[in-house]
Amino acid sequence: MAPHTILQYDGSFDGFLSCVFMVYEQKIQLPLIQKQSEENNQLFTISEIVHTDKTKAKRVWDGLRKKVPKPQKRAIFKAFLSEIKGVENTLLSYIQNIFDTSQNIGLDYSNKDILKISQVAKMVQREKHRMEAFVRFKKTKDDYYVATVEPDFNVLPLLIRHFKDRYADQKWIIYDIKRGYGICYNLINIEFITVDFFSKLRTTIEKDVYSAQEMDFQKLWKSYYDSVNIKSRKNSKLHIQHLPKRYWKYLIEKNEY
Amino acid sequence: MSFDRIREKLSILADAAKYDVSCASSGVKRANKEKSLGNTTAMGICHSYTEDGRCVSLLKILLTNHCIFDCAYCVTRKSNDIKRAAFKIQEVVDLTVSFYRRNYIEGLFLSSGIFKSSDYTMERLIAVAKKLRLEENFNGYIHLKSIPGTSDELMREAGLYADRLSVNIEIPTVSGLKLLAPDKKHEDFIKPMNKVKNEIIQYKAERKLLKNTPKYAPAGQSTQMIIGATGESDRDIMYSATYYYKKFNMRRVYYSGYIPISKDDRLPSIHTEVPILRENRLYQTDWLLRFYGFSIQELLNDDHKNLDLDIDPKLSWALRSPETFPVDINKADKNLLARVPGIGMQSVYKIIQARKFRKLNWSHLKAIGISLNRAKYFITCDSKDSYHKDISPTRLKNVILRNSYSKHQKHFSNQLSLFS
Repeated sequence: MAPHTILQYDGSFDGFLSCVFMVYEQKIQLPLIQKQSEENNQLFTISEIVHTDKTKAKRVWDGLRKKVPKPQKRAIFKAFLSEIKGVENTLLSYIQNIFDTSQNIGLDYSNKDILKISQVAKMVQREKHRMEAFVRFKKTKDDYYVATVEPDFNVLPLLIRHFKDRYADQKWIIYDIKRGYGICYNLINIEFITVDFFSKLRTTIEKDVYSAQEMDFQKLWKSYYDSVNIKSRKNSKLHIQHLPKRYWKYLIEKNEY
Repeated sequence: MSFDRIREKLSILADAAKYDVSCASSGVKRANKEKSLGNTTAMGICHSYTEDGRCVSLLKILLTNHCIFDCAYCVTRKSNDIKRAAFKIQEVVDLTVSFYRRNYIEGLFLSSGIFKSSDYTMERLIAVAKKLRLEENFNGYIHLKSIPGTSDELMREAGLYADRLSVNIEIPTVSGLKLLAPDKKHEDFIKPMNKVKNEIIQYKAERKLLKNTPKYAPAGQSTQMIIGATGESDRDIMYSATYYYKKFNMRRVYYSGYIPISKDDRLPSIHTEVPILRENRLYQTDWLLRFYGFSIQELLNDDHKNLDLDIDPKLSWALRSPETFPVDINKADKNLLARVPGIGMQSVYKIIQARKFRKLNWSHLKAIGISLNRAKYFITCDSKDSYHKDISPTRLKNVILRNSYSKHQKHFSNQLSLFS
């Protein structure tokens, strides 16, 4: 039995693409891509650490651009952000499939890797859409609108465009508590930030930094939410299907004061 | 502003507006211009959901619930003894902007009871929209109610600030309307609808010639009908809906199961359950008409005046049309695939893509995600196993019902016991 070659990378998307580059460059037969943080407990393997190389990553990415339409390329990035264990290898097979067919005639949904990637990308897309909906900004004394979230997948990079386009005239921060980083808009550009203030124990901003009317508007929103409910149509199952409980923690309307 | 007073008004005027089901914020794409506030995306976003599972996308309120009319089906009717309130124009503007900036909402849906006159009311609704657009540079979604009987000049102005305009026809038949809303005339509803339709057509034509012609009500117009208040059949409702779709280019017709709110003896008793399942079947029918290429006569006609409650309208049609089946998954065109029970439009596109590469068999179809428990009796694919048999539609229906679980099961047993 030929041994697998384990390619370890730093967890970044460019790092992953560098692995893909290496698979082609060195014609690796049985590659297995893993994050360095993942444990390797297989016996008969060769391990190699792949250094992230932006130029190589870009070559792979540009190569894909020539072969497939934009949404399909974006699906690769989305599926990567799912952080599902082993998704790198499904993605590799998906990418090989693209490079190996001479002409792209669309998606073969009966191929299991293609189906898998399109399903995972859809899951990530759904989470992105949920975050666009469930982010609740709280206004601070220094005029920042701050929201904290714990998305299932690492979707913050996908949210930038939407929030930047929409809230172009206000400063805002969206912080991912689970992954310990956030995106910040300062009226000019977007920055990735890490703040010591937030932790898994301190998941939101304190009331003493709220702007003057912040509490009032939270209360108004809550009473609005309560008054639009129609009791005679109560349907808890549907409610929870649309608004799964794991998101309630950050939704003003689902919490008491 | 006095917070407690605002909060009280908000409760009253949101409570009164909630019977309007439309909460769409989709269908318009407006970019954020020069760092102003907000935009609208073609998809629309539901920011929250009520405990009854409805989407909360817009701040949906009445400007006031004072009303000079006395329509039996309406909570804000003149004769109803309830708390009344009215917002000031600026209050609505402030609420909308503050909620929007916190990402609570996609925009505003403003309706109103009719006070003084139709034009007086409509003028105020327009003033809110105008202020939002011109003073606050607000690019979010605005849905205004067209007040029945409004003059053409005002309707013309309304569409310049609103994304969507709607008039609720409420009662699907003219006779029903006479009975329950004696103050309102059918023509009063039709007039603003017609005006909006014509303006949309005219502005579109002008835009073709002059690029910077403003957009008029870019999300079109919609209407709503109450279901189960006046004993109309599903056929009556859907024929009326089709009429509004065709005649006024409606973007959407909404169906709202009657919620008993009055002891009036012209209406069903106060203990009547909300016909949620019937409402669901009507929406399914609406979808089949708009996206699946069905014609109304196929789904509802003189022999089939009401929709089945225990099965969906597509399955019901398929059981009545055995000559169409079985459909060959690997050969049938898009329109025919869309007619198979258990196959939705998403699956239709996936099937068409996938079969370019190979012939599809049962396991492919399962992976694609079609509902085989219904579909398998109506299709053949690349496999020797066929479930399509020449059994009678009644037996087939029983087989399918036995082998599937419906979330509406509890309704069937209730509804059956009524007749036993």
